[in-house]
Amino acid sequence: MELQPLLFLVFALGAVISAVSTVTRKNPVSSAMSLVAHFFMLAGLYLTLEAQFVAAVQVLVYAGAIMVLVVFVIMLLNLGNEQALTENRGLRSTLATLIGAVFAVQIILVTVAEPTGANALPSRAVEIGTTESIGQSLFTQYLFPFEAISLLLLAALIGSVVLAKRHMK
Amino acid sequence: MLHTYVPFMVMILIGIIFGASNILLAEFLGPKKSTRAKLSTYESGMEPVKSARERFSVKFYLVAMMFILFDIEIIFMYPWAVQFKELGMYGFTAMILFMILLFSGYIYVIKKGALRWD
Amino acid sequence: MQIDYIGSLPLIVIWLALGAIGIVIQAFVRDNTRLVFGYYVATLGLTGLAAIVLSGHKGASFGGMITLGGYANYFDALFCGAGIMALLAARPYLQKEESEVDEFYTMLVSSVAGMMLMAHASNLVVLFVGIELMSISFYVMAGFFRTSTKSVEAALKYFLLGCFATGFLVYGMSLIYGGTGSLAYGDIARTVVTQQLTYPTLFVVGTTLLVIGLSFKIAAFPFHQWAPDVYEGAPTAVTAFMSTAGKAAAFSAFVAVFVALLPAGWTSEIAQNQQIVIAVIAAATMLLGNITAVVQSNVKRMLAYSSVAHAGYMLMGILAGPSLGTDGMNGHHAIVFYATSYLFMQMGAFVVVGILERRDGGFLNIDDYAGLHHRHPVLAALMAVFMFSLAGIPPFAGFFGKYMLFAAAIERGFTWLAIVGVVSSVISAWFYLGLIVKMYFQDAKDSGHEAPAGLAGFTLAVSVVGVVFFGLFPQLLINIFRSW
Repeated sequence: MELQPLLFLVFALGAVISAVSTVTRKNPVSSAMSLVAHFFMLAGLYLTLEAQFVAAVQVLVYAGAIMVLVVFVIMLLNLGNEQALTENRGLRSTLATLIGAVFAVQIILVTVAEPTGANALPSRAVEIGTTESIGQSLFTQYLFPFEAISLLLLAALIGSVVLAKRHMK
Repeated sequence: MLHTYVPFMVMILIGIIFGASNILLAEFLGPKKSTRAKLSTYESGMEPVKSARERFSVKFYLVAMMFILFDIEIIFMYPWAVQFKELGMYGFTAMILFMILLFSGYIYVIKKGALRWD
Repeated sequence: MQIDYIGSLPLIVIWLALGAIGIVIQAFVRDNTRLVFGYYVATLGLTGLAAIVLSGHKGASFGGMITLGGYANYFDALFCGAGIMALLAARPYLQKEESEVDEFYTMLVSSVAGMMLMAHASNLVVLFVGIELMSISFYVMAGFFRTSTKSVEAALKYFLLGCFATGFLVYGMSLIYGGTGSLAYGDIARTVVTQQLTYPTLFVVGTTLLVIGLSFKIAAFPFHQWAPDVYEGAPTAVTAFMSTAGKAAAFSAFVAVFVALLPAGWTSEIAQNQQIVIAVIAAATMLLGNITAVVQSNVKRMLAYSSVAHAGYMLMGILAGPSLGTDGMNGHHAIVFYATSYLFMQMGAFVVVGILERRDGGFLNIDDYAGLHHRHPVLAALMAVFMFSLAGIPPFAGFFGKYMLFAAAIERGFTWLAIVGVVSSVISAWFYLGLIVKMYFQDAKDSGHEAPAGLAGFTLAVSVVGVVFFGLFPQLLINIFRSW
C-alpha cells in the first residue's frame, strides 16, 4: 500500500497552510499557534521521510521549548492593540515577493535537476534516521562537533545570563 | 515501515477525538444560563482588577532560555541512552565530558543567582 | 576512529580551560575581575603557545573532522594573539565605562574558540559550530552596554542579520550534502574532481548560498549593510576585536571551503562563471566601502566602511585561488598575509579610538581629532602609522599585503580588478590621510581630556611593532606560508 507518498502530501499541504496562516494572522498569539501546527506538520513530514529522531526532536524542541519562548516574547513585548500594527506593507511585500521568487526558481531547478545516478541515495536510508544509528554516528564519526556543541551551549547560557539578568554580581 | 507508527497514529487520533468530543458535547448538551458572575473573568475567586494584558518580566524569558539550553542537552542524551550498551565505556566518557561543561554552566547559573527571583 | 590528542591540544586546552575550569572559577569568585582577566589571558597564551609548538604536527584528527598543523595552527596563534591584545585593550576601556563584568572576558575567549574551530574545520558541521560559537559570542559582546541604546541596537541588528546569514549558510550546506553526499571537505573535493555529483544543480545552488552566508560574515557587498551600524554601536573594544579577528576567521574558513568546493582551482566551467560573480562582488565591495567611508563624520563608522573595503581587497585573493604564482605565492597566501597585517593595523586604530573616547561616548567625530598631536603626541603618531598602513603606503605591512593581492589578481588576468583596487585605494587615501592632516595640521577646538592608555598601551605597542615589522620583513611570514 502506497501510504507514504499520500501522507507526505497531506503533511506538506498542512505545512503550507499553517505557514500561510502564521504570516497572515493579525493577532500574534494566533500566529504563534499556527506556527505550532506548522511544526507538527513538519514533524510528520520528517516521519514520512524516515527521519524518526528528527521528527521527535522537532516536536520536543520546536513545538515544545521554542514555542514557549515565542509566546513569552509576545507577552514580554505586550503589543496591546495588535490590529493597529498593520503598517505600510509596500516595500516589505515587494521584498517578500522577490525572495519568494528566488525560492520558487530554486524549487523548479531542484525538480528538473536530473540525478546522474553516481551517488544515488543509499538503500539503508531507512535505518539512517533511527535514534540508534544517530546515536552511533554522533558518538563515533561526529564526536568532535558533539563535544564542541557543549561549548556552544555554554556560551549561549552565559550570554543569556549576561544580557537578561538585572543585577550582575 | 510506516506500519510501526499505526499505534502512534491511533493514539493521536484518540487524543483528537477525546478533546474535540468534550468541547462539542459541552457545547451542545450543557445548559446556557449566563449570569454576571459567570461572565466575569476568572481569577481564582479574586475580583478582576485590571487588564490581563500585562507586560511579562524579562525574568520569565531568562528561565525559558535556560530551559531550552538544558532541553537541547537532554536531546543529545536521548540517542546516547539508546545506544548505551553498544557505545560502552567510550560513549560514557564522551557523554561525561559533554556533561561536565554543561554542569559547570549549571553551577555558574546557580552561583550567579540567575534563577533567583529578585 | 583515530584521535590525535597531541595535535588537537590547542583545541582541547581552550575547550577545557574555558568550559570546565573558567566558568566554575567565575561562579565561585565574586567581584574579582582581575583574577578572571588574568586567567583568560593565561588561557589564550597557553593555547597560542600550544598551537605554535605543534604547528609542524600535521594531519587530521577525530576521524577527519579537523585538520591539524600548518594553516590551522597559524590561525590559532593569530586568534589567540589577537584575543590577548583585545583583552588587554578591553580592561581599561570597560573600567573607564564603569561596566567591567568578568563575563566579557568569557565571551571573548569563547569567540576565539569558535574562530579556531573555523580554521581547523575540515567538515561543514564543524565549520557551522565554529561560526555559531563565534557569532553568538559577538552578538552578546556587541550588546554588552545594556543601558546604551546604540549598543543594544547594534546587538539586535547583528543578531537578526546574523541569523539570516546562518540560514543561507545551513541551507547551502544541506544542498551541498544533497549534491555530493558528504559534508567532509575531502569527500566533497573528491566528488567534484571525479565529476560524480549526484545533482550538479543542487551543488551549484548550495555553493552559491554558502558563499552568500560567508559573505555576510566578511561583510562583502551587498551583504555589508550590518557592518557600519554594528561596528559603530558596539563598544569600541568589541569592534576592535570583531572587525579584525572575526574577519580573519571568516576568511580562513572561506579559503578552506573554496579549496574543497573548487579543488581544481578556477579551471572548470562552473567555476569560471562563479569567478566573474566574485570579481564583481570584490570590485563593488572595494569601491562602495571606500566611497561611503569618505563622507562619514564618525571615526568608528569611517573605519567600519573601510573595513568593508578591505574585505573586497581580500576577496581578490580568493579569485587568484590556490595555484602558485611566479613568486611562489598563491592567492590564499596573500589573503593570510593581508588578514594578519590588517589585524594589527585595524585593531591598533580602533584601540586608539577607544582610548580617546570619552565616558559619555563623546570624542568620536573626525573633527574631534583636530590638533590631536599637541595633546596626545604618542597616540597621534600611532594613529598616523595605522592610517598609513591601512591606506597601503610603504613601508608598512598594509602596503605589502595589498601588493601581494593585486599582483596575484593581475597574474590570473584580473588586471581590471587590480585597477579598481588601486583606484579605490586612492579614494581611501583621501580619508585615511585626511585624518592625519586633521591631527597634525589643524588646530584643536577644545582643551582636550586625559586619555590614559593603561594596559591598552601594550596592545598598541604590539600593533605598531607588527605593522612596521611585517612591513619591513614580509619574507618571514611568507616563509611560514611556504612550509604548509
